[in-house]
Amino acid sequence: MEAPYKILVLDDEADWLELCRDIFAQLPSKPEIRTCTSSPRALGMLDSESFRLLILDLKMPRMDGLQVLSVVRRRYPELRTVVLSGLEDEELRSRAYALGADLFWLKNDMQRDSKMFMDCLESLLGRDDDGGFRGIQSKGLMDIIQLEWLSRSSTVLRITRGPLVGRLWFQNGELFDAEAEGARGEVAFRRILAWKSGTFENLPPEPGRERTITKPINALLLESAQTMDENANPSSDTQLVDARHRNMVWKLSLLVREGAEFVIAVPPEGQGEPEALGIQSTDLAGWTRHATEIARRLGDKVEAGPLLHLSAHSLEKRLAVLSAGKKSFLIGWPLDVADQKLLEHSKRIVASWDS
Amino acid sequence: MGFLKNIKRVFRSRPAVQQLPAGSITVDRNGLVVTSTVSSAYPMALLGEIGREVLALFREARAAQTPLTEVSIHFGSFLVTARELRGGAVIFLVPQSATVPTANLKPL
Repeated sequence: MEAPYKILVLDDEADWLELCRDIFAQLPSKPEIRTCTSSPRALGMLDSESFRLLILDLKMPRMDGLQVLSVVRRRYPELRTVVLSGLEDEELRSRAYALGADLFWLKNDMQRDSKMFMDCLESLLGRDDDGGFRGIQSKGLMDIIQLEWLSRSSTVLRITRGPLVGRLWFQNGELFDAEAEGARGEVAFRRILAWKSGTFENLPPEPGRERTITKPINALLLESAQTMDENANPSSDTQLVDARHRNMVWKLSLLVREGAEFVIAVPPEGQGEPEALGIQSTDLAGWTRHATEIARRLGDKVEAGPLLHLSAHSLEKRLAVLSAGKKSFLIGWPLDVADQKLLEHSKRIVASWDS
Repeated sequence: MGFLKNIKRVFRSRPAVQQLPAGSITVDRNGLVVTSTVSSAYPMALLGEIGREVLALFREARAAQTPLTEVSIHFGSFLVTARELRGGAVIFLVPQSATVPTANLKPL
């Protein structure tokens, strides 16, 4: 028999913890409820035992809930987290979500809508009354698409890669529309398939959506696989040089298309040389690395959530600094570029850089 | 009714979560906070840290032969915008909220 899930409830009020224990024991999946009144002790429990869900308050002495969230997000990325706060404060809600909380509920609302809250918890725990299996695995995108096709599902697959979001529409296993990077149909599908990594989620189906893809899914997958295979396996040194040249030309055309002046892609220190396009000197590579470190450090100190990006003005140009994976990117723009364009187009350049 | 008394008791006043600072500060070239419109409830030491990190950004850019006039740091729930001022800086601190439109600060 499968062991029940474990929930850890963290709050400095012992009476409240007793109440939570009584309420959460009524969850259909009958999880094991553990409680704790101190943040450091809770982190110790998370270290030594395997918990599925952490429910925590924000206002606690010495180490508040936001600090716990920022630690938990790094150390236990699989752990689901719910903030249960007595404070009705939109800024705190934003900060909690920015720090990776799955849900933010007010204690008053939990009392008033206890059934909805319990349904949310049950859903987070991964079991519900409808049956079926849920899990988290790392799979290639082709495998995920084939699974939807073979299981004849009707769904919208939302795929996220950094700032880029793509969608695939399935009806009875048949792919009938795709959207990504401003494109639709087969073009969008190929772009999504070229993404090397990301996350996905299933959304409710939209059967009424206009069909833009008529080719069978296995034909689309085969074409995409052939294209990726050709790009990944040049058969000779000459072809390898050609591939690099094509890659360089493609990146230059990306730069021109988006309107940027230059890009410097900076790997972490000691993991390779910076790659610069549109600029001779890589002096700014060091600044890019340090600026990202300084900004992250600042964010940790004030508990402001993850660093999204930096932007800067010099006398001659505008700069944007974004991170993707372990790399940092510095993108130079003309002085007159609009704020919205600076951010959106920088994100597009970064997301497309290694794809 | 005893159940309700329990609920009421657990909601009495609690230790505060550290809020994000809101307002502006001016720091001199040494990182000292010269003026501040941020609430005095926010620790001055943290404001000093913010000032020093921002000055480090400007200083490193100068060292890379690209002196900056303005820098903005965008976090999930916080925006820091700083304008270089003869070695020091004026720094604007703006918490971001899900229900308040994100501040779209234009260059000064």
